[in-house]
Amino acid sequence: MTAETTELSLPSRIETVAKAANAVADFVNRSGISEEAAYGIDMAVREAVTNAVVHGNQQDEDKAVELTLKSLPEAVEITVHDHGSGFNPEEVPDPTKEENILKSSGRGIFFMRTFMDEVSWSIRPDGGTTVRMLKRR
Amino acid sequence: MAELNIAERQAGDVTVLDMSGKITIGEGSVALRTAVRRLLEEGKKRILLNLAGVGYIDSSGIGELVSSYTAINKDGGQLKLLNLTQKLQDLLTITKLLTVFDVYENEPEALNSFK
Repeated sequence: MTAETTELSLPSRIETVAKAANAVADFVNRSGISEEAAYGIDMAVREAVTNAVVHGNQQDEDKAVELTLKSLPEAVEITVHDHGSGFNPEEVPDPTKEENILKSSGRGIFFMRTFMDEVSWSIRPDGGTTVRMLKRR
Repeated sequence: MAELNIAERQAGDVTVLDMSGKITIGEGSVALRTAVRRLLEEGKKRILLNLAGVGYIDSSGIGELVSSYTAINKDGGQLKLLNLTQKLQDLLTITKLLTVFDVYENEPEALNSFK
């Protein structure tokens, strides 16, 4: 299988989430991924891009969200980069704990971790946060 | 076409919202919030969300369901869910919300539960 990479730079607004999801849908169609895996990737990408737009770039349209999709022989790798000040994912409260169940937000990272095989965050030296997600075939 | 279509009907003193489309960040979540707020302003506090046509929901949509539930409860009303798709049921299971919401698979049973 030929490795394929798609790179997108998108403005930091809510509509970007749907645009990113559309690009991912085209990408996974070409990548020959199962329907179930494609659903998980779609969910995770929407949550990652939402976080980048809303929490990372705080909807500042001068800051882009960079999305990279890579089709590898054994997996699909997705990175989402924002230009925000970063955060510690370990400090994000567990939304399934009793005291958090009725909160209206805070489930995005939980969904990313649920639907992808690997999720990790890194702070770039030049600023911004990159989340890397892997879904094995 | 709107991301989320909501059709309202009355079944006795229960307001049923037949929903189809996506409840996701932006338009879909806002449409749900607006519909529930309007019903509460009109004094309609017994609300059944028919989610049979909702094929997709994200964390923002789940959050909006929770916000609707707590807003209606606070106002002395009841919000119940009808006809969850398997995907939505799975999401409510992993978020432990299936134990919070009153969920039905058949409408007469759901309507009777308000009495």
